[in-house]
Amino acid sequence: MKGILGTKVGMTQVWQGDRLVPVTVVLAGPCPVVQRKTPATDGYAAVQLGWDELPGKAVNKPRAGHFKRAGVAATRHLVEFRDYAPEASEVKADVFAAGETVDVTGTSKGRGTAGVMKRWNFSGLPATHGVKKKHRSPGSIGQRKWPGRVYKGKRMAGVYGHETVTIVGLEVVEVRLEDNLILIRGALPGPNGGLVQVRQSKRKVG
Amino acid sequence: MKYNKGAILRSIEQPYLRGDIPEFDSGDTVRVDYKVVEGNRTRIQAFEGVVIARKNGKGARSTVTVRKVSFGEGVERVFPLHSPLIEKIEVVRRGRTRRAKLYYLRELRGKASRLKTDVARQEQDRAAARAAKGDKE
Repeated sequence: MKGILGTKVGMTQVWQGDRLVPVTVVLAGPCPVVQRKTPATDGYAAVQLGWDELPGKAVNKPRAGHFKRAGVAATRHLVEFRDYAPEASEVKADVFAAGETVDVTGTSKGRGTAGVMKRWNFSGLPATHGVKKKHRSPGSIGQRKWPGRVYKGKRMAGVYGHETVTIVGLEVVEVRLEDNLILIRGALPGPNGGLVQVRQSKRKVG
Repeated sequence: MKYNKGAILRSIEQPYLRGDIPEFDSGDTVRVDYKVVEGNRTRIQAFEGVVIARKNGKGARSTVTVRKVSFGEGVERVFPLHSPLIEKIEVVRRGRTRRAKLYYLRELRGKASRLKTDVARQEQDRAAARAAKGDKE
């Protein structure tokens, strides 16, 4: 599956005829090919792409050796794309064209320790009618003497966000090769400036 | 990764910006000629009212809220300022206000909801119009 790495720049809107389309701008590529994996040597076929060039002093020796072997400048991120073998030694934004469907993977915004209302969209308790200091609490979390325990997987407060999220079936609105930009319809996971992986979609959207 | 977010977003919005939008502000009365698609034919519908808000900055995403009172009922429309569906925007009257957002007009009826004319700016408009006309002749 072809793909590319990029940085989420931000959102804006473009006009497609009379329709206003919300887009996320991704600064994508050129990504150097750092390693090619083959079934013969690695047991599976994949390509390892780098993104975001690093100054030499920020690279430790083991990593520097890895990049030296590939003959490319060191990068901050390395991501594998399974079953993809680009012909060129780097992948540019024109791997995708307008109208294609893509899946985008990123790390969602971290929200720290969050209560059940934010994390699981619970309703909380009423604001009045004698409710005291419990307005955002989950309420009951179980039954009685039977089962006498809280079920596994019970949705409770905890760390929310900062997890890998893939959004499936997004449309590529425009590709600007000269600026290394890809415009994707809709929102992408993660903060502006975050790493996103754009892949050819596994889902067929007809 | 170093990049200029503002410059990138501006470069994307730039082609959609319209150069033919006149300068106006909240309190001004404008006439928006808006294209309406009915089946396979389009016609132009005018909406004339007071600008009660301009939002979302100066880029391609900026919008304008126009309010008028139609048969005693307040009607507000939000237009994307750079929409290709806008045929033309014309400033009808300059109003003098002390606020950027005139949401208080929603509470007012009849005489109380009038705005004072900003004579100075209106005279400027007239002078500019005269000058433009003079140039043509």
